[in-house]
Amino acid sequence: MKVLETTDLEQKFQDKIDREVKIEPNDWMPDAYRKTLIRQMSQHAHSEIVGMLPEANWITRAPNLRRKAVLLAKVQDEAGHGLYLYSATETLGADREATIDDLHSGKAKYSSIFNYPALSWADIGAIGWLVDGAAIMNQVALCRCSYGPYARAMVKICKEESFHQRQGYESLTKLAQGTPEQKELAQDALNRFWWPSLMMFGPNDDESPNSAQSMKWKIKRLSNDDLRQNFIDATVPQAELIGLKVPDENLKWNEETGHYDFTPINWDEFWQVVNGNGPCNKQRVDARRKAKEEGMWVREAALAFAEKRKKKQTA
Amino acid sequence: MKNEALFRYLLRLGDDSLILGQRLAEWCGHGPILEEDIAMTNISLDLIGQAMSLLDYAGVIEGKDRNCDKLGLLRYEKEYVNVLLVEQPNGDFGDTIMRQFLFDAFRKPLYERLVNSSDKQLAAIADKSLKETRYHLKHSSEWVIRLGDGTEESHERVQNSLDTLWRYADELFYTDEVEAKLTVEGILPDLSGIKAEWESTVKYVFSEATLEIPVNNWKFEGGRKGRHSEHFGHLLSELQYMQRAYPNMEW
Repeated sequence: MKVLETTDLEQKFQDKIDREVKIEPNDWMPDAYRKTLIRQMSQHAHSEIVGMLPEANWITRAPNLRRKAVLLAKVQDEAGHGLYLYSATETLGADREATIDDLHSGKAKYSSIFNYPALSWADIGAIGWLVDGAAIMNQVALCRCSYGPYARAMVKICKEESFHQRQGYESLTKLAQGTPEQKELAQDALNRFWWPSLMMFGPNDDESPNSAQSMKWKIKRLSNDDLRQNFIDATVPQAELIGLKVPDENLKWNEETGHYDFTPINWDEFWQVVNGNGPCNKQRVDARRKAKEEGMWVREAALAFAEKRKKKQTA
Repeated sequence: MKNEALFRYLLRLGDDSLILGQRLAEWCGHGPILEEDIAMTNISLDLIGQAMSLLDYAGVIEGKDRNCDKLGLLRYEKEYVNVLLVEQPNGDFGDTIMRQFLFDAFRKPLYERLVNSSDKQLAAIADKSLKETRYHLKHSSEWVIRLGDGTEESHERVQNSLDTLWRYADELFYTDEVEAKLTVEGILPDLSGIKAEWESTVKYVFSEATLEIPVNNWKFEGGRKGRHSEHFGHLLSELQYMQRAYPNMEW
């Protein structure tokens, strides 16, 4: 039997990727590919879970019962995405609880957008429209990711996210076409969420060191800047349609490039928030840690009970 | 008003669902396990849906152009007629599960009877809600047993939950001239067997869970008459916040 050298294995692996064959859990893969995916997928899962918090903050205060039900269903979807993604991460040999502990210790990151507060009901519409909208841009590309379980999880998740984006836009439209107070709420929400939403796509391409390898492995299909531009081009007309003003004085359509020009992003703010200085970083992680700590006795009880019943059955 | 007793009865059902749904929604994002976070918000969603159907129908019967939002979000505190049990704070997961179990064990036999109401709309709402309530009861019973017969700590905690909440259970069976009138009219089927069924469910589940039914049989009541606990005003201040702060707007 011929023993394959690592370089041979790597060559075969890259061939598969180049031929668009999905990598599955039991296939050989380079350690760095596995590590990159574990990091990206668990951070994606954490983002779904932490992302529940700003929206959950408004469920008990939703303006009517229909909106309350819709928001409950939406946040529940996000929890489901988290579960789905943690499970997909486990196919790579990662342990769900260990990755969650990394979130709580600050070792693992999550999408920085959730470190901004949801201050008014209009923010719930803005989050659905802009944050889920930006997430879809990323996630549609991930449906073609080279790792099978991640790509398949994304197909399901994208369907729900697309529904979330539309409900967010519909909810904000109602405000934009409502009373002066409601319009003001809507505009204020857009003012606060616009720039953080653009930051969701990550640093500029020349500042994104891991991107080239991820592109070669087809984990990533489109660059940060391309995705960001697609998002801006799709979203600006939606804002105009409902009479809201995008808070960027330099925003204008460029006939030559066929895209919108916009003001460079304040990357200092981005890095400050990534590194813990956003308005809600501490509060978000504290809330998640508290949920786990205060739920410990429940999980212990469930395990002890299952153990007891197993013994009873075998006795 | 077409039928005041029916209006008042629908408010009782609708308010129970609404207030318990509101309480469960507070757990969203903070559940002890992700799976239970999803389960509790799912049950909350079912209850809010039931409240919408019941209160919308109450508004139709009342005939004053009040829908589920006007009734659900714009009454004064003493106009709500939910039982005290459902407005009690979430406490720890054991308190929430015990509150839910005592309620579900009542709601299931109630809906099983209401599906036979001569009032077609009420029967239809009961039919839809019964399917949901069967799952709720299964879920809450299993957790009461798991916590009661889990670890020493979980047993002690959930026994405490039972000791605290037991005194609120009897109000579930409160009846007055409203039920009497609707029974005479044939709108309500015979509801007399519900308490015995509830007792048999709770006895079975508590024995599986190795929990003791408290000897303290003092009964708290007042919710059905609009006399609530101190917690209730705070719950309403959240529930009604947007409607009060931005009156007469469409959302």
